[in-house]
Amino acid sequence: MEHRFSSVQQVRDSLKDVNYLADDGIAGVAFLADRLAKPILVEGPAGTGKTQLAKSVAEMLGARLIRLQCYEGLDESKALYEWNYKKQLLRIQADKNSDSWSEVHDDIFSREFLLTRPLLEAISAPDPVVLLIDEVDRVEVETEALLLEILSEYQVSIPELGTITATQIPMVFLTSNNTRELSEALKRRCLYLHVDYPSMEREKEIVLAKVPDITENLADQVARIVRSIRQLDLKKAPSVSETLDWARTMMLLNIDSIDAQTAKETLHVLLKYQSDIAKAAKELSVDLT
Amino acid sequence: MLDLLSGFVQELRNAGLPVSLTENLDAMEAVRHIPLEDRDAFKYALGATMVKNSAHWRSFETVFEVYFSMRGPEYKIGESTEDELEQMWREMQEQLQQQQGEGKGSSGGMDSLTPEEIAQMLMKALMNGDQGLMRALAKQSVQRFAGMEPGRPVGGTYYLYRTLRNLDLDNMLQKLMEASKQEVGGELTPLEERLEKDEYESRIDQFKKEIEAEIRRRLVADRGAEAMAKTLRKPLPEDVEFMHASRDEMQALKKSLYPLTRKLAARLARKRRHGRKGPLDFRNTVRHSLSYGGTPAEPKFKQPRPSKPELMVVADISGSVAAFARFTLMLVYAIQGQFSKVRSFVFIDGIDEVTEFFKGTDDISEAIHRVNTEADVVWVDGHSDYGHAFEVFWDKYGKDVGPKTTVLFLGDARNNYHASQAWVIKEIRSKARQVYWLNPEPKSYWNTGDSIVGEYAAHTDGAYECRNLRQLEAFVEKLV
Repeated sequence: MEHRFSSVQQVRDSLKDVNYLADDGIAGVAFLADRLAKPILVEGPAGTGKTQLAKSVAEMLGARLIRLQCYEGLDESKALYEWNYKKQLLRIQADKNSDSWSEVHDDIFSREFLLTRPLLEAISAPDPVVLLIDEVDRVEVETEALLLEILSEYQVSIPELGTITATQIPMVFLTSNNTRELSEALKRRCLYLHVDYPSMEREKEIVLAKVPDITENLADQVARIVRSIRQLDLKKAPSVSETLDWARTMMLLNIDSIDAQTAKETLHVLLKYQSDIAKAAKELSVDLT
Repeated sequence: MLDLLSGFVQELRNAGLPVSLTENLDAMEAVRHIPLEDRDAFKYALGATMVKNSAHWRSFETVFEVYFSMRGPEYKIGESTEDELEQMWREMQEQLQQQQGEGKGSSGGMDSLTPEEIAQMLMKALMNGDQGLMRALAKQSVQRFAGMEPGRPVGGTYYLYRTLRNLDLDNMLQKLMEASKQEVGGELTPLEERLEKDEYESRIDQFKKEIEAEIRRRLVADRGAEAMAKTLRKPLPEDVEFMHASRDEMQALKKSLYPLTRKLAARLARKRRHGRKGPLDFRNTVRHSLSYGGTPAEPKFKQPRPSKPELMVVADISGSVAAFARFTLMLVYAIQGQFSKVRSFVFIDGIDEVTEFFKGTDDISEAIHRVNTEADVVWVDGHSDYGHAFEVFWDKYGKDVGPKTTVLFLGDARNNYHASQAWVIKEIRSKARQVYWLNPEPKSYWNTGDSIVGEYAAHTDGAYECRNLRQLEAFVEKLV
């Protein structure tokens, strides 16, 4: 099989071209995932760009992104495949008298009557795809088992039809917000990547890349203030997407340099709990001497 | 390479990280694709394949540093770094000379640098965030101040302490702040000041880490990787014992408590919802039968609504077990949605109800702080007296214990040889739904010395050893 990437540095550079600033860890794991043909399990706090990573990789490879959003109660017929009952019924009724039973029986369980759902679609696609299984921690432990076959063997077994094996191995990303411990079996099959809040320098670069026309000076201030706020003991620390929103707010308000007053007035863009806002406002204006 | 990796995996397992055979194989496969000279890539390759839990990353890093510290060119302990540093020093001297118009005299080698000069350089490095100089200085200061001797059986923390004491980093922060004020030429706004301070703090932190790493490297060079790994082995956050946690470990514990409660709450809510099915819901079934032409083809069942238990927590908060009580209270209040009512009591030799402190605030740590400072728990001398505390509890609140109540006692039952008054527990059990005792001491210490946990345990539905977060979590899950 051909490899998609030639080196870690290349992954990093191409990701940068699509406006995703990866650090060493992210680029390294993406590179390995390609080489070892293994899925990546991405964990980390909400809003640190886990889903965006999958999207960016898809964009960079020029591949189609197939997304499976997980939720409680997700089952086989929504994730893997389903038989198209209505069409099967029609088929039976259409030529009631001509075919013998065995022919009909074989016929209605063919691929024509199979409705592919994201997982099956990802492995049977002829074109390059990136499969994103989003928020995998939301499904029940039992449902996780559905994923195991496809993650390790890249195949789906359908009792009536046999096994469908992938024509090409897609890049697979699983994201999790860590609301529960995933099963060992699932973790074992994946490479693990923990995405945390970016360092100040990286966050500044992200702001510069994502917010058009922002000045270096303002981006630097935004990143510094956000870092200060993250150090507080908050219910929910500001995420990267909230930082970006905040930077955009500053742009809209035509502010070139943030003072304590502006920061306080726009805190609600960064923080979503009243108690957090109060705390941060207090901390930012407090005199330290 | 193979030997090295398997030794590494062995050490990871010793440190408590679960590394399975397939993960091991993956790691072997992964390093084949990575250029070995790239240390970071190598580390991430091993991490991605073997560490599947973010809480374990720190332990992994420590083991990694120890194991691979001696390999890699820039990590050698050699003369080259000193030359480098000297060079930088000379450059700085020249700069100074230009600025001040006067020379500092000689610059004859590293040993001639006075501590003041080193401090000055360090300040410069921190001001500018100069990574190379910081690393060089870290090496130099370890060499000069730590006073390391080969073969001396002293832990790394001792050397760390000695080095840091000489560098006086706390004052450094002050000086840096003043210097940056001067640079701007005037007062900084509070916001700017705070940002500057955060910046310097993070640089100083980084410098401390450099020093730690340097000490570790030297120790490994002296004693060998295997021996070092053993001394540095730290328990994972969930395995840290409440009673013997250091301050850093406490911080780590606190941090891991929050995601844990969230996980626990999600799991419990799920468990509650997905329990057994209730009895047939006749009305709903008939209504659904309409879409099948009147045939009740799809039976509907009532959702069971199991009653939520009431919880009373009675915690000993005397010195020895305070940390444990604090964590249990935090955990209980974080998942209080799972109970219909939570009441908490704390005691040393007197007892006081502290439920009020938790009401109307979402900040649990704040409430805990108030418990520790405001609760009226000292009756005579402030030494644990379980007997008296229980008697008062029975008199004052005994009537509130009902058939729905679960009572939780927390403590090591070291009663200072007072009367046990175990009858209170017996009475409570006869009225309550369940009574449990949680003890933060290892089971082998129970009933030794003045511990009388056995006397109390006899009257409970179960007494559990609860030394770390893992055991506490397991118990709470059982409770609901």
